[in-house]
Amino acid sequence: MKSLAELDAIRDKVKNRLDLREVKEDRTRIVVGMATCGISAGARDVLVEFVKEIESRGLSGITVTQMGCIGLCSMEPIVEVHSPGMEKVIYANVTPEKADKIIAEHIIGGKPVEEFAIGAAQTGGM
Amino acid sequence: MSVRSQVLVCGGTGCTSSGSIKLIDEFENRIKEHGLENEVEIVKTGCFGLCALGPVVIVYPEGAFYSMVKVEDVAEIVEEHLLKGRIVQRLLYEESVHEGSDEIKSLNEVDFYKKQHRVALRNCGVINPEKIEEYIGRDGYRALNKALKEMTPQEIIDEIKNSGLRGRGGGGFPTGLKWQFAANSVDDQKYVCCNADEGDPGAFMDRSVLEGDPHAVIEAMTIAGYAIGSNQGYIYIRAEYPIAVQRLQIAINQAREYGLLGKNIFESGFDFDLEIRLGAGAFVCGEETALMTSIEGKRGEPRPRPPFPAVKGLFGKPTLLNNVETYANIPRIILEGADTFASIGTEKSKGTKVFALGGKIHNTGLVEVPMGTTLREIIEDIGGGIPNGKKFKAAQTGGPSGGCIPAELIDTPIDYDSLTAIGSMMGSGGLIVMDEDNCMVDIAKFFLEFTVDESCGKCTPCRIGTKRLLEILNKITDGNGTMEDLERLESLAEAIKAGSLCGLGQTAPNPVLSTLKYFRHEYEAHIVDKTCPAHVCKGVAKYEIDADKCKGCGLCAKQCPVGAISGEVKSPFSIDADKCIKCGACMDKCPFKAISK
Repeated sequence: MKSLAELDAIRDKVKNRLDLREVKEDRTRIVVGMATCGISAGARDVLVEFVKEIESRGLSGITVTQMGCIGLCSMEPIVEVHSPGMEKVIYANVTPEKADKIIAEHIIGGKPVEEFAIGAAQTGGM
Repeated sequence: MSVRSQVLVCGGTGCTSSGSIKLIDEFENRIKEHGLENEVEIVKTGCFGLCALGPVVIVYPEGAFYSMVKVEDVAEIVEEHLLKGRIVQRLLYEESVHEGSDEIKSLNEVDFYKKQHRVALRNCGVINPEKIEEYIGRDGYRALNKALKEMTPQEIIDEIKNSGLRGRGGGGFPTGLKWQFAANSVDDQKYVCCNADEGDPGAFMDRSVLEGDPHAVIEAMTIAGYAIGSNQGYIYIRAEYPIAVQRLQIAINQAREYGLLGKNIFESGFDFDLEIRLGAGAFVCGEETALMTSIEGKRGEPRPRPPFPAVKGLFGKPTLLNNVETYANIPRIILEGADTFASIGTEKSKGTKVFALGGKIHNTGLVEVPMGTTLREIIEDIGGGIPNGKKFKAAQTGGPSGGCIPAELIDTPIDYDSLTAIGSMMGSGGLIVMDEDNCMVDIAKFFLEFTVDESCGKCTPCRIGTKRLLEILNKITDGNGTMEDLERLESLAEAIKAGSLCGLGQTAPNPVLSTLKYFRHEYEAHIVDKTCPAHVCKGVAKYEIDADKCKGCGLCAKQCPVGAISGEVKSPFSIDADKCIKCGACMDKCPFKAISK
């Protein structure tokens, strides 16, 4: 070990993973429907794509989790995005390609991708 | 690897002994079975603190706190939670869920953690202690860089002095001053030692730090080496802590690979290396001079001071010796500054203290609280109170060197000076909670038996004095004591305190003196009334059969090994007190609970 820069490089490599070992309310959460309907419609590929994109773009403080069936099986894969200070947005018929766009425009750009969304539901609603 | 979920499994000694390593194997198999190995990571961590609920598994990012997990439960966690995102509610630690909804609280909101403040334990249960990268990820070794690159040795010592840090091994001596003495000594060779010979019954703070965050100690010792002018350190740890020893060795090897130990660290020109020395588990080797004698390869016996270790220590050279927990605080002090550290705690006791909570308490485990937290907060709020609706009687701090804090002093703030003022001591951090079923004479006896066993025998007051103390205690609990025995206990105790060579003997009478001070009536009950108020001491127990409850089945008479019980079947039996040896076998056997003592 020669310098602080070397130390920082190691730190930055693992920091994201360590940050996720804490429950924080003010985090963007991407929730993928992973009930039988979701999985058979290809939700696993979507989930993996989200995880990969977050990693490759070096985004931090974003969690990707799963949820069960919300009753819209025909529109699976369904993905909810909860951003702090914003209404949750529900995306339907998500594909890995759409996932990339959601990351780029919604997560990074802060603007929901309206063409994929099925309406911003109130908390406790759909 | 793009990881979306991390499964933290406690790999501390407590959870390991309840099977957490098998859980890790099972998790790995199941995760592979479902093809999740690239997105879910298993992390073996140090102690989470809630040892009573082990094995503990926490799944992030949800923060689902699963307690008492069995191997059979793993498949369900993987299939339901990790695959489908459905948290397994039945395995969740109740306290970690918001009442009325299924939402998971942040750990900081859980009662057990709410009042805790983790400085020494900040990485325990968070990182994998066997991966140096995770320690570095939590700002590890930055303090060392700062110390070597931006500070002079004297600036470091001043920072430690200003932080107000005091020795966490029990004595409470100001750490900065100790460093100053070692730095002031001039010699061609000096040593930095770490006391990891945690010997108090019921104490496991140091073990947990070493198991959960070994690099913190390594980093601190390296900083100490630079500050006092030493390039060689020794960690003296008991062989009874195999997991801690193993992780420490892994950590030392990794630090060497990264050049954080060895030659020219951070290209500063400073060299430092560390070695582990195993102790055989003798209590006296926790005493500083005995510890150093043992490192030298000799029989672990103390020697008179002065000369103090800072002048003439290991191999006759100036030596700095601190406890594990003391070291664990150092990197934070260097990194965040003395003022941040000094803002925690009380005026004379700065920072936090780790306690191993045990005995009659709900949440047996490891807690770290700011100095000045009251005993009530630790027992009731963090510890969850006394189980089975029993009443709190006393808490024992400081192990065999400490004393008891009675229920009426439960609002005492826990800091060095308050504890000394009431006849106990901070000690290394064992905190044993006792309820109405504990006999205080018996407790004093327990600790005396320990010191009699562990006395090294070098000096007479300790070797013979503690033995005589124990004999008097036995006489009292056997029902043969006299009131003069209490005076004898007191005068003998004072003589042992005054005459013993080392801390072991000087503090050995404390459990007797403090129980005499606060629970004299219990001693008197054994002597005058020949009874044990808590019904613990068999020697003064009088077994009797309640004629109203006895159905005359005769089971007790069959059980009695000395034929002391007689009677006619279907009419009440009776015990011949002269023959009875008070073994209690009859009481255990009686199906009608008709026998009392």
